[in-house]
Amino acid sequence: MDVLNFTYPGETRVSHRAHVGVVGSGDLEILLEPSPDGAAHVRVRTSVDGYAPIWRKVLDRFFSRYKGCVSIEINDFGATPGMVMLRLQQAVEEQGQ
Amino acid sequence: MSAEQSDLSVRGRQWFEALSGENGVTASGPASVLKADAVLGDETVRFLAVVPDPESRFPRARKGEVGLEQAWTLAKYVRETIELDKGATPRPIVAVVDVPSQAYGRREELIGIYLACAAAVDAYATARMAGHPVIALLVGKAMSGAFLAHGYQANRILALDDPGVMVHAMGKAAAARVTKRSVEDLDALGETVVPMSYDIRNYAKLGLLHKVIKGVAADSLGADAVALVRKELVAAISDTRAGGRDLSIRLESDAAKKVRHASIEVRKRLIEQWPDA
Amino acid sequence: MSVTIDLQRFLARRSFVELSARERAHALLDKGSGKELVGPFDRQHSVWLEMQNIVPQEDDGVVVIHGRMDGKPAVVVAIEGAFQGGSMGEVAGQKIVCALELAKRDHERGIPTRPVLLLETGGVRLQEANLGLAVIAEIHAAIIALRPYVPVVAVIAGLVGCFGGMSLAAALCSHLILTRQARLGMNGPEVIEQEAGIAEMDAGDKRLVWSLIGGEQRAAVGLIDDLVEDDAEAVAHAVRAAFQARRPVQHRSEQVDFFLERLAAIDPEQVKDGAALRALWGKGEVK
Repeated sequence: MDVLNFTYPGETRVSHRAHVGVVGSGDLEILLEPSPDGAAHVRVRTSVDGYAPIWRKVLDRFFSRYKGCVSIEINDFGATPGMVMLRLQQAVEEQGQ
Repeated sequence: MSAEQSDLSVRGRQWFEALSGENGVTASGPASVLKADAVLGDETVRFLAVVPDPESRFPRARKGEVGLEQAWTLAKYVRETIELDKGATPRPIVAVVDVPSQAYGRREELIGIYLACAAAVDAYATARMAGHPVIALLVGKAMSGAFLAHGYQANRILALDDPGVMVHAMGKAAAARVTKRSVEDLDALGETVVPMSYDIRNYAKLGLLHKVIKGVAADSLGADAVALVRKELVAAISDTRAGGRDLSIRLESDAAKKVRHASIEVRKRLIEQWPDA
Repeated sequence: MSVTIDLQRFLARRSFVELSARERAHALLDKGSGKELVGPFDRQHSVWLEMQNIVPQEDDGVVVIHGRMDGKPAVVVAIEGAFQGGSMGEVAGQKIVCALELAKRDHERGIPTRPVLLLETGGVRLQEANLGLAVIAEIHAAIIALRPYVPVVAVIAGLVGCFGGMSLAAALCSHLILTRQARLGMNGPEVIEQEAGIAEMDAGDKRLVWSLIGGEQRAAVGLIDDLVEDDAEAVAHAVRAAFQARRPVQHRSEQVDFFLERLAAIDPEQVKDGAALRALWGKGEVK
C-alpha cells in the first residue's frame, strides 16, 4: 500500500461533501469535503505500489479544470486512470447537488 | 498428513471426565457429544463436550469436529437443561471446549450445517438469557465455527494456559495457504497483529477471556490441577450470577478498552447518531 | 390501465444484486427517508487492515441506514460485498451488533423499529481473525435478543452469498429471503475442496455448487422463507411483507427435535446431492 499526498491551488469555495465508490477490485472510494484552507488537498491510499507519477498525471489533469477548495481522500483498489477520473467527476457532481 | 491432523485429541474427553466424574455417553445421542449433570461446588452443573468418534455415520465429522449431529445434539442437551430448571434456579452449563473445526463436507453443506450450528448458538444464548450461567472452558482448540457453536455464547470464557489451547478463525495450515504465508510467518505476524495470533496469551489481550488459568498443563490432569480448575469454574459461575445476561462484559475489561477501542468508538458514535424516534 | 402499470414496472425494474450496499439499503426504505449513521465521513475504518498494508474503506464495509418503512421506523444494515468479500472485521461487525442492540432498545421504549440485514459476506475477515470471530458471536447474541420483540429480516441477494459464521447469523433471523443468485452455506466450496479434496467438492463446478447451496435449492427444501427475483422492488416488497406476517412461533434454529428426527432419517450414503434432499424434504419444485 502506498500513501501519496498532493496539493493544488484552489479558487472556489465548496460547502458540501460527497462520497462515491467502493474499495473493490478495479474501483476506488472518494471522500470529498471543503478544504480547511484556500488550497485543494488530495491524499491517496492505493493498493498498487509505485504508481505515484501516474497519480500525479491524473490529478494534474483533473485540477487543470477543477478549481474547488476541497480535501479529497482516495482509497484505491487498483482503479484505472479512466475510472479515477470518472469517480472524481462523480464526486464533484454529487457535491454540487 | 501432519501429526496435528491425524492425532485425535483426547483432552476434551479427559477434562470432561475429570470434572464431571462421568463418561458422559448417552444412550440415545451420538457418541461424539458428552453430557453429564454433576456436582460442582454446592450445586449441580451440566457439563457438555464434543469429542472424536471414529465410528460417526457422517465421515467428515469423526475427528472431534462439530458436524450436523453434534451441533443439533448440543442444541438438544442445552434446551433440555432449560426445560429441567423451569421454575427453579437455572443450573450452570459448562462447555468443555476442544474442537478442531466445524465439519467440512458436501453433505454437511447440503443438509444445512449452518442451521445446525445456529441451533446450538441459539440454545446456548437462550440458556444464558434465561439465567443459566454458561461457562466455556477451553482445554484445547476452539476453532472458528466450531467454537461459535460450542462455547462462544458463554457468559464467561476460561482457558488453560497451555500452548495447545488456541482460539482462531481458521486452522493454522489452512490460514497459511490462504494468506500465502508460511506457518512461521503467521506466528511472527501474530505477535504484532494481536487478533491474528494463535497463542492463547495473545488472545487474552483482546479482553474476551474472563481468565487464563495459569499453572495447569492441558495434558496433565493431576488432582491439584483438577481442583484448581473446579475452583475457577465455581468462581466464574458466581461472577456470572452477579452480572448481566448479555455479552457486554467482553468490551468492559481493561484489555478490551485498549485493543478493541475501535469497537467502543464506533458504538459510541452509533449511539449518538441514532434517532430518538 | 393495467398494461401501462405493467410496462412502467418493467421499465422501472432494476437489479438488486448490482446495487451497492448503500443503494440496496435505500432501496428498501420509504423514498428519501434514509439517513446514514456512522457513514464514511466518521472514518471508522479498520486499524488492522492498515497495519497489514491493506487499503481500508471508510465505512469498513458495513452501511447503516435509518429511515422509514411503510411509515414505521426501520434500520437497514447492509454489507458491501465488493469490499474484502464482505468480510467481518472488528468495526464492520460491531456496527451490526450495535444497530441490532439499539433496535432492541427502541422496542423496550415503545418505538417499533424494523431491523433488516442485507448479508453479503464470506464470514470472518482473516486479517482480523479473532476479532472477526468474536464480533460474529456478538451478532448472533444480538439477533437472538432482538427476535422476541420484532422479526429480524435478512436478505441474501448475491453474488457473494453468505458464509462462515455469518451463515449462522442468517439462520438465526426470523425471516430469510434469497434470490436464485444467492448461496447460503457455512463453508465455502473452495474451503471444502481445499480441506476435503475435489471428490468431496469441485468448487469450480458452479452448477453443482448452486444445486447444493443455492437460493432455489434452499427454498425447495424449506430452509428459507422466500425466493425472490433479482429486482429491487420485489426484494423491498418481500421485506415489507415479512414484517406484516406474524413472528414465527418457533424459529428453525429452535426446532431441535424436528430437525434431529429429520437428520436421523437421512442415510449419509444416499443423500449427497440436491435432488436427494428434495426427495426427502422437498415441498415440490419452486415456481
